[in-house]
Amino acid sequence: MPNPMRIRARSDGDIVQVRVLISHVMETGLRKDAQGELVPAHYIQLIDVTYDGRIVLSAEWGPAVSRNPYLAFKFRGGAPGGKVRVTWTDNLGETQSHEAAVE
Amino acid sequence: MPHSRRQFLTSSGTVTLLTLMAAAGLLGREAAARQWNKSAFDSKNIEDLVRTLGGTAPERSDDIVFVGPEIAENGAVVPVEVASRLPGTDSIALLIEKNPNLLAANFTIPPGTLPEVQTRVKMAETCDVYALVRAQGKFYYTARQIKVTVGGCGG
Repeated sequence: MPNPMRIRARSDGDIVQVRVLISHVMETGLRKDAQGELVPAHYIQLIDVTYDGRIVLSAEWGPAVSRNPYLAFKFRGGAPGGKVRVTWTDNLGETQSHEAAVE
Repeated sequence: MPHSRRQFLTSSGTVTLLTLMAAAGLLGREAAARQWNKSAFDSKNIEDLVRTLGGTAPERSDDIVFVGPEIAENGAVVPVEVASRLPGTDSIALLIEKNPNLLAANFTIPPGTLPEVQTRVKMAETCDVYALVRAQGKFYYTARQIKVTVGGCGG
């Protein structure tokens, strides 16, 4: 399986830019496979990003977010060494959580 | 008592991220309990969606900056970016007019986080993409048409 999540957090003064690339099929439930069968919906629904334990972004996603989702945003009040953690939960109850240090 | 966490999650009907984060020892002091807003994702038009999100009559605004391609070669991966200049912005949502589901994503912006997000979305066909922003309790939007050459929602 490819890297489940790549988190890059870079500080520029007081602002931290976070870029995340998540491995997830993000199936809409509308796609048919080679046999003509519908592939069941399987997509991230909830995602939270924390910085040293405080929530800096939270989101609700539907199946229209692209496969292998990309997310980028910025927050204030971070510094090198601080921990950015990304946690997601999908519609099948699967969850993943990974952390990276701010550079 | 459920036998396993997966059984509990699938039988409960809704999943709270709070529960999972608590179980994984990941709770920060400010973590908010929430559930996936199914009725928002089932909304068929922007007025219904705004009502579901607790608002009324969204206003068009030039203070929302939407960046996206004029033409998306691949409807499955359309990069979009929204930045709000409205003071007190605390949420940014992406809506895709002709998708099977109007709402694609809804981002909650806590204090201290800049009111801008970038992501990639699927578009079924050429249509308007809306950025819907909540600021100081009111909803605002901007819209831009994105042309799609190869649709990206299904087989």
